[in-house]
Amino acid sequence: MTATHTPTTQRPTERTLTTQGPEPTDRATSAKLRSQARRRGRLRSILFHAFSLLVLAVILYPALWMLMSSFKPSADIIGSVSLIPTNGSFDNYLTALKGIGGISFWTFAANSLVLALASVLGVVVSCSITAYAFARTDFPGRRVMFACMIATMLLPFHVVIIPQYIVFNQLGMINTYWPLLLGKFLAADAFFVFLMIQFIRGLPRELDEAATIDGAGHGRIFFSVILPLMKPALVTSSIFAFIWSWNDFFGPLLYLKTPSTYTMPLALRLYVDQTTTSDYGAQMAMAILALLPVLLFFLAFQRYLVGGVATQGLKG
Amino acid sequence: MSTATETIVASGGRVRRTPGSPRARQERRAGYAFVSPWLVGFVVLTAGPMVASLYLSFTDYNLFSAPRLVGIENYSRLLSDPNFLQAAKVTGLYVLIGTPVKLVSALAVAMLLNNSRRGQGFYRSAFYLPSLIGGSVSIAIVWKAMFIDNGIVAQIGSFFGGPPAAAGGWVGDPDRTLPMLILLTVWQFGAPMVIFLAGLKQVPAELYEAAEVDGAGPVRRFLSITIPMLSPVLFFNLLLETIHAFQIFNSAFIISNGSGGPAGSTLFYTLYLYLRGFRDFQMGYASAMAWVLVVVVGIVTVIMFRTSNAWVHYSGDER
Repeated sequence: MTATHTPTTQRPTERTLTTQGPEPTDRATSAKLRSQARRRGRLRSILFHAFSLLVLAVILYPALWMLMSSFKPSADIIGSVSLIPTNGSFDNYLTALKGIGGISFWTFAANSLVLALASVLGVVVSCSITAYAFARTDFPGRRVMFACMIATMLLPFHVVIIPQYIVFNQLGMINTYWPLLLGKFLAADAFFVFLMIQFIRGLPRELDEAATIDGAGHGRIFFSVILPLMKPALVTSSIFAFIWSWNDFFGPLLYLKTPSTYTMPLALRLYVDQTTTSDYGAQMAMAILALLPVLLFFLAFQRYLVGGVATQGLKG
Repeated sequence: MSTATETIVASGGRVRRTPGSPRARQERRAGYAFVSPWLVGFVVLTAGPMVASLYLSFTDYNLFSAPRLVGIENYSRLLSDPNFLQAAKVTGLYVLIGTPVKLVSALAVAMLLNNSRRGQGFYRSAFYLPSLIGGSVSIAIVWKAMFIDNGIVAQIGSFFGGPPAAAGGWVGDPDRTLPMLILLTVWQFGAPMVIFLAGLKQVPAELYEAAEVDGAGPVRRFLSITIPMLSPVLFFNLLLETIHAFQIFNSAFIISNGSGGPAGSTLFYTLYLYLRGFRDFQMGYASAMAWVLVVVVGIVTVIMFRTSNAWVHYSGDER
């Protein structure tokens, strides 16, 4: 509705009307034209929303179907297009919460949580320090290192996993979280470093200069000036770090062999393997539970998430 | 190792503070201190392992006995390995079909949403959601449940007059597993869409107005203004989505239960690499596969950058 009143709108038809339409001869025609345009604008708006919602419904159907199926009895799931459970209950969740092979559901949840929180800590600490180095200090080799860092974003990580696995295996770190966390504490996720560099570059240099005049070195400037201002970038990075760690499947698949160390995705896979194929209800419930933190993060921080993705592409 | 060259490259063409002064030394020391966590990580977790896997790719190594040098045998065996060729074919098709379809969907929805109507923030977030959850094991399981046997996809298909579902549904049909996984990646068009939308917002409205005065229709405006102005973002999306597509693993692993079946139709490159390396413990062979992937992705990247001069248009001070 607001759109109809703004002449600067990018929609072509309205401008066609004002720039190329017949020159209004008197007030009456002009008012008539305006109300016509408004009506047409409203119709257009309704059509836009109807169409967008239709597309959205198709796109979100699988997610909704998963959610609603988790309340259905297993026999009602596979062939049922309907979203409304006829005999809805929380039974599937009770089954899923019982855990797998004597290991409680909460063990897996706790494992995932520990890993995700540690990842967030590692990313925030190591990537902010690295980003400061690239954005605000000058040293021989900086450009080459920056190029190397960007290149790691494009590098298929499969080329490093075999030697990494061999070394971690020899160090006896299979079934521990070290192989999964070490990279987080050494700023190996170039995406976060890059995001933070872009953010720091946007901060006025005058702040640093003022601090330098006051006698502050790089350590002081980083901790007292830059880091507090970086909060939005740190929040965005933390959310992504949490979600990616929570959803990670490949890393845990390589390094975690004992079920008691399993994270949620591994547990989910084990669950699907072990339950008889007909117990789709419990699988759906477990799948929802495994996604729950991600969905909550999405609902709470969607602006940060979407904003983070948008800037990443623009500055690239 | 290459510090000498680095110094030359880094200082080339730039006037820096007199290198000997205490200020400059202090600056340098602070810089190295701040960059050291990343540098250690880069050497220990990326550069070192890359060199190591290059070496391993010329050996026969099973984790238990010492690596034995075999020359280029791993590489030559690749060419006659039907599974490798199958993996290359499936992955190639996935990249070639999935990425363009995903990007076109992303651009179409971004164009649809790029207006000043209310609710844009809502639509943007809602369309982005699949990108956030699409790579998870949960969604792979749901996808399998939707496409298996006489599941909802088969039901919808027969509703529209499609052929009756075969046993196992799409999941059991070697001709349909690839389309099924391509649909899964296209479903996650939200992330590139968000990037397109941000790019569209930066196209100056005056350009469209000027074009309209000159009598350009919507198609012409799209081809002559939107596409060139959006080309840096298009390039970025194309590059990243292509590289990601090469590395598809989770969905194929879950849907085929780690086998790459039926009939090798989901034996994607990284899945085959995983099976060779971590099921069969043929670390040399898997390393050779990894290096082939790096070289292929590298060539694709270089080609994209080279050809980008012709079609990517950087306006003003963007670069």
